[in-house]
Amino acid sequence: MTDLYEHQARGLFQEYGILVPRAEVTDSPKGAREIARRLGGRVVVKAQVKTGGRGKAGGVKLAADPAAAELTARQILGMDIKGHTVRTVMLAQPVDIESEFYISCVLDRAAGRFIAIASAEGGMEIEEVATSRPEAVARIPVDPAQGVTSAKATEIAEAAGLPPQTVDVLVRLWQVLTREDAVLVEVNPLVRTARGQILALDGKVTLDDNARFRQARWGEQDAEHGDPLEAAAAAKGLNYVKLDGAVGVIGNGAGLVMSTLDVVAGCGARPANFLDIGGGASAQIMADGLSVILADPDVKSVFVNVFGGITACDAVADGIVQALDAVQLTKPLVVRLDGNNAVRGRAILDDRAHPLVQQATTMDGAARRAAQLAHAG
Amino acid sequence: MAIFLTKESKVLVQGMTGGEGMKHTRRMLAADTDVVGGVNPRKAGQTVDFDVPQCLKGLGGTPITVPVFGSVREGIEATGADVSVVFVPPAFAKAAVVEAADAGIGLAVVITEGIPVHDSVAFRAYAATKGTRMIGPNCPGLITPGQSNAGIIPADITKPGRIGLVSKSGTLTYQLMYELRDIGFSTCVGIGGDPVVGTTHIDCLAAFQDDPDTELIVLIGEIGGDAEERAAAYIRDHVTKPVVGYIAGFTAPEGKTMGHAGAIVSGSSGTAQAKKMALEAVGVRVGGTPTETARLVLDQLETERDVTHS
Repeated sequence: MTDLYEHQARGLFQEYGILVPRAEVTDSPKGAREIARRLGGRVVVKAQVKTGGRGKAGGVKLAADPAAAELTARQILGMDIKGHTVRTVMLAQPVDIESEFYISCVLDRAAGRFIAIASAEGGMEIEEVATSRPEAVARIPVDPAQGVTSAKATEIAEAAGLPPQTVDVLVRLWQVLTREDAVLVEVNPLVRTARGQILALDGKVTLDDNARFRQARWGEQDAEHGDPLEAAAAAKGLNYVKLDGAVGVIGNGAGLVMSTLDVVAGCGARPANFLDIGGGASAQIMADGLSVILADPDVKSVFVNVFGGITACDAVADGIVQALDAVQLTKPLVVRLDGNNAVRGRAILDDRAHPLVQQATTMDGAARRAAQLAHAG
Repeated sequence: MAIFLTKESKVLVQGMTGGEGMKHTRRMLAADTDVVGGVNPRKAGQTVDFDVPQCLKGLGGTPITVPVFGSVREGIEATGADVSVVFVPPAFAKAAVVEAADAGIGLAVVITEGIPVHDSVAFRAYAATKGTRMIGPNCPGLITPGQSNAGIIPADITKPGRIGLVSKSGTLTYQLMYELRDIGFSTCVGIGGDPVVGTTHIDCLAAFQDDPDTELIVLIGEIGGDAEERAAAYIRDHVTKPVVGYIAGFTAPEGKTMGHAGAIVSGSSGTAQAKKMALEAVGVRVGGTPTETARLVLDQLETERDVTHS
């Protein structure tokens, strides 16, 4: 799943005919001053980060004129908001707000379909409203074959107590969701201005990465890997997440790798990463995965945990040997192979007899060993 | 008995003539599955020979010949097939499931990984209106050891027995099957790790509860969503058989997708801890590792026996 920046989300809204206040994006204080001048002087400066709670963190501020906009942008650029560095700011024309609403369309996993959520109490923490006064938030399931038609949008608006002008916005928001393959589209707040216009003041869109094959233009949007190792792994098509421990973990299948992280943690060590080589992995994928992990200076030991189903353990062992030949191994490797072709896989590693590679017969035992080695290293 | 899949099941393979389809059709045949046909409109009328390993059906070196049909409907009309296993690529998966449902298939097992969630939502709803049970997508399928295997679960790591298993994860399914290979399984169902799946933990719990051959149920969950919490509520109200649980993902950080599209902790929801607590609150014993989980199953079966014999 890929979250979009606010300015990317509003770009989509605009494309689908949802009105948004005039705004521009910049990565420099000088640029902020020029944009403020173009927008009429008084502007809202908003940090562009993919996390909530920007306002509370000081990432959204009003600036009275272009000089103030430059100063404010200088304060906000480079800020850290919940671990996200602010690299760009969006400057938007302020709006005279008469009332604020909340609308979204989101995947309801439990029901296996999308629901529209709407409330006449937008602008604040919608989760709080939903908990304290659930009756103020309408949750309307949407039939996937029908979608949000005008009739459905009218039902949603009436259930939430939204003005009739929002019906059209709800229909368009559904179009963004379906045509862009999003799993979440949210406008909060959707506002009615003193002049009666309905505007999307802020928005969030989360795209479904699985739809990338039919959404060609997403390629333009940054996949954004903050971590260089994650970027390197992504370039090799590996399923890798960097964590903050010392035991490198590599295995086959998301569930087994997650489980391996837990077992390592249970042995008193912290896993350095999640790396799933997937089903039916080749020796090359195994070798690539291992080299990514070994390139992480935080890694003190590596645990290779494979239960061969479709994946053949001899291919995994070949991959390990390939990696051993390609890089100078300086960290101990604990390998546990079970399942499909395990006997042949173990024999390949026995034959190679690398002094830093040891085999274990159980997942728990191997985790314990890898944890000990990490502490020793 | 077993749930959803027995030796009577007649299996069609949509995408049989592709690389994955060929490989796994061969493995299904080797596991005694009654694969009655493949589906590929461009290869209708052809047949494919499968050289199944010597120890099983192909004993004597005779290959098994499987016909290819132009559509699921033709396959059903010619063979009486009631199960379809879907191996077609993500872009065509929706059309494949809709076709199977339209043809009146009873069970569609969608192995394909990487299907856009809008497609899954659409074909899940469509299959439901046609009375088709869907398992998956992005799942290893299901196996009733010794009878039939619909999907990619390795058949040779376990044997028929008394445990029913339902799991979001493929490899953890294999791991537990292997750990408990001496007891054996009635049916193992991999429901898949996507945010939207056709058959849920609850559907499987209900079926295992009604299955006289299932004595104990193993439930494997992972981070993301609240399926395990809902399963816990269902167990409290409807399941009298012992259930042993395992949850993966205690160390997963918030906001990171851990391999499966559905495995993500968002805010305070979807954590492994919350799922474990919900299960334990209704009397489900939850293992800390797959091996410990297997041990809990053995303990539980011992206890049951003691109670029965006293």
